[in-house]
Amino acid sequence: MNVADLIDLLLQHSPALIVAIPLLGAFITPLISRLNDKVRNVFVILTLGLTASLVFLLASDVFSGNIHTYIFGSQDLALPVVRILFEVDAMSAFMVIISVILSLIAVIYSWSFMKENTGLDKYYTLILLMTAGMLGMELTGDLFNFFVFLEITSISSAALVAFWTNKAKSVEAGFKYIVISTIGALFILFSIALFYGQYNALNMAMIASAIQYTFLDKIALVLLIAALAMKAGVVPMHMWLPDAYGKAPSSITFILVGATQASLYGVFRVCFTIYGGAINLSSISVGWILVIMGIITMLLGVAMAIIQTDFKRLIAFGAVAEIGYMLLGIGTGLVVMLNPEMTATGLAAMKGGIFHIMNDALDVGLLFLVAGAIYYATKETSLNKLGGLARNMKYTTVFFIIGLLAVSGMPPMNGFASKLLIYESTYHLNPILSIFAILSSIMLLAVFVKVFHSAFLGPALPKFENVKEVPKSMLIAMGAIATIIIIFGLFPELIVNNIVEPAANALINYGDYIREVIPSFTGGA
Amino acid sequence: MFILEPLLETFQTGSGFWNPVIWVDAIIVALLIVVVLRGFGNKEYKKKTGQTQAFLSGNPEYEKEQMHIKSSNIYWGFTESLKWVFDSLKKLHTGNISDYSLWFIIVMAILFIVLIMGENLVGAI
Amino acid sequence: MIFNIPFIAVAALILIGLYAVIFKRNLIKMVIGITLIESGVNLFLITLGYREGSIAPIYTSSPGGIMALPVPQALTLTSIVIGVAVLALMLSLVIHIYRHYGTLDARKIGGPEE
Repeated sequence: MNVADLIDLLLQHSPALIVAIPLLGAFITPLISRLNDKVRNVFVILTLGLTASLVFLLASDVFSGNIHTYIFGSQDLALPVVRILFEVDAMSAFMVIISVILSLIAVIYSWSFMKENTGLDKYYTLILLMTAGMLGMELTGDLFNFFVFLEITSISSAALVAFWTNKAKSVEAGFKYIVISTIGALFILFSIALFYGQYNALNMAMIASAIQYTFLDKIALVLLIAALAMKAGVVPMHMWLPDAYGKAPSSITFILVGATQASLYGVFRVCFTIYGGAINLSSISVGWILVIMGIITMLLGVAMAIIQTDFKRLIAFGAVAEIGYMLLGIGTGLVVMLNPEMTATGLAAMKGGIFHIMNDALDVGLLFLVAGAIYYATKETSLNKLGGLARNMKYTTVFFIIGLLAVSGMPPMNGFASKLLIYESTYHLNPILSIFAILSSIMLLAVFVKVFHSAFLGPALPKFENVKEVPKSMLIAMGAIATIIIIFGLFPELIVNNIVEPAANALINYGDYIREVIPSFTGGA
Repeated sequence: MFILEPLLETFQTGSGFWNPVIWVDAIIVALLIVVVLRGFGNKEYKKKTGQTQAFLSGNPEYEKEQMHIKSSNIYWGFTESLKWVFDSLKKLHTGNISDYSLWFIIVMAILFIVLIMGENLVGAI
Repeated sequence: MIFNIPFIAVAALILIGLYAVIFKRNLIKMVIGITLIESGVNLFLITLGYREGSIAPIYTSSPGGIMALPVPQALTLTSIVIGVAVLALMLSLVIHIYRHYGTLDARKIGGPEE
C-alpha cells in the first residue's frame, strides 16, 4: 500500500475520524495525566494537530467540488431512519477549519496561562470533548445527531466556563449558561419531534426533499430559529453572552467563540438547506427577519460596549455586535435569493457574511487572548486600574493594535475585506442597512481605541513596575493568529475564491446537498 | 515554485475593487517621505532639563495615578448627553436568569406572530 | 378525543415548566422547571410512535399484531440520559453558588458588576 492509497483511505474515513480522534483522546487524557504534566500537554497538542491535518485533507478535497458522506449504519438508503449520516459540503468544511484552528491555538495558549491551576486533567479532557462536539455539530447531516452534539458542546463548555470555582461570578456565569443552553436545546428537540412525526425521517436531506410548508412546519421553523439564535447571541436574547465570555478563562472564551458560531451555522443550515424548497412558498420573507435581527444586534452591541469598564465584558459586547454583521450579510442573501436580477448582489452578500464568520473568530479571539495576557501579567481585570502597559509588554501591544484594526474594519486587515463586501451588497438592497453597518464599525473603533488608551498608553504607573512580558507559549499563540489575520488581509482574493465562494454556493444550491442522499431529487437551485 | 500572480489579484466585490498590496506600497512610500522630512529637524536637545517636561498650560503635574484618564471618564461627553439610552440599556441587563428566559419567550412569540399570523393576513389581502 | 390527552399533557407540562423558570426566584425551583420541560418533550416524542391498538415493539414471544414505532423510544432514551447529565451539572453549580453567596435567590445573586 503506497502513500496515495493511504491518503485515499484516510480521506474516505475522515469524517468519522475527525470526530472520533478528539473523543478518544478525551477519554485517554486522565490516564496520561497521572504520568506527567508535560506529557499530557504534548499529547493533547498532538491529538489536535492530527485532527487538524485530517481536517485540512478533507477540506482540500471538498472545496474542489465533491460532497463527502459517511454512513454509520445501513447502507441501503431506501430504508428510513436506520442510519446516521455525516454529510460534508463546502460550508461544513469551512466551519470545521475554523473550529479546529481555534481549539489548537487555545491549547497552545493554555500551556502557560493555566500552569498554576490545579485540576488541569479535567480541563484538557473537557477541551477535547468540546472540540469533538463542535466538529460533530458541523459535520453531521442528521438532525437528532445535531441535537446530541449540541448538548455535548454546551455541557462541556458550561463546565469550563465555571472552571475557576473559587470565584463567585464564574460559577454563576456557568449556571446561567447551562440553563439558557438547556432551554434552547429542549425547544430544538421539540421541533425535531415535529419533523419526525410528519415525515418519518430524521435526515436533513430527506426532510428537505419531502417538506411541504404546513402549519406544523412553520411552528418548527420559528422554534429552531429562536432557539439557535439564542445560542448564537442574537439580541435581545444575548444577555448570557457577556457573563459567560467575561468570567471564563481566556483560552476557554477563545473556543466559546467557535461554539457560538457553530450554532449560527445551525441557523443557516435550517434556513437554506432544510427549508430550501419551501422558502419560496412563504410570502413573509425569512430573510428580512434575519436582516432586522442583525441590525438590532449590531446597534445594541456597540451601544453597550461603550459604557463597560471590565475588559473582557467589553470585548464580549463587541463580539455580539460582530454576530450582527454575519446575520446582515447572509439575511440579505436569503432576501434576494428569489429575485433573478439581483443574484450577483446576493452572492456577494453571502460571501461577505461567510467570510466574516472566519474573520470575526480570528479578530475577536485575538483580543480575548490579549485580555488574558494582561490578566496573567497584572491580575487586574478592570480597565479603571490599568495604564501605561505598553512600556513593559511590547509584543502584546503590537498584537492588540493588529486586533483593534481588524475588528473595526480598517485596511489592510481582513476585517476590511469582509466588511467591504457587506457594505457594498447591502447598499443595493436598502441604503439604510449599509449606513447602520458603517456606523457601528466606527463605534467599534471608538470603543477599542478607548481600551487601547486606558490599558496601554499613559504614564508608567508605579504599581506596574515589575510587570514583565508574558511567557513564550502565549506569545506564539497570539503571533500565529496575528499572522493569519495579516495574510488574510493582504491576499483576500485568494481566500474568497478558493474557500468562501464554494461555501456560499453550497448554501445557495441546496439541491446538490439533497441529491447526494436521494439521487432522484429534481428541483432546487 | 512560488506563483506570484494569484497573490496580487484585485479583490472584486460586486460593485467595486480593493487591492491591499498597492495600498501597503502607498503607505510605505508615505512613511518614507515622513522619515526623510523628520531627518531635516533639530537633532540636539538636552535631556532632563526643562525641555523634556510635559507642559500642562501652567498647571502643576500631579502624581502618575491621577494624571491618567480612567476608562469610565473617556467618552464622558458622549455618554452624558445620551444618558437616557445608556441608563435604560443598563437596567435591561439585570443579570437575573428569569429575565433571560422571558426574553427568549418574547422573541419566540414575536416571530410566531410575524411568520404565521402575518402570512394569513398577507394571504387574505 | 381520549387519544388527544397525551398531547394536552405535553402542552401542560411545558407551560408549567416555563412558568417555573420565568416566575420563580429560587434556583432549585428553576432547575425543577427545566426538568418538567424535558419530561414534556420526552412524552411528546414517545406519543408520536403510538399506533392504535398496538403492543410494545418486542419481538421475543410477541402475541402478534401491530407494534408501536421503536425509533422514538430510542430517541427518548438518549434525551433522558442527556437530561440526567445536565441536571447533575446544574445541581453541582447550585451547590457552589450557595457556598459563595449564602442565598439561593436569583434576584440577589444576579447583581451588576461592582
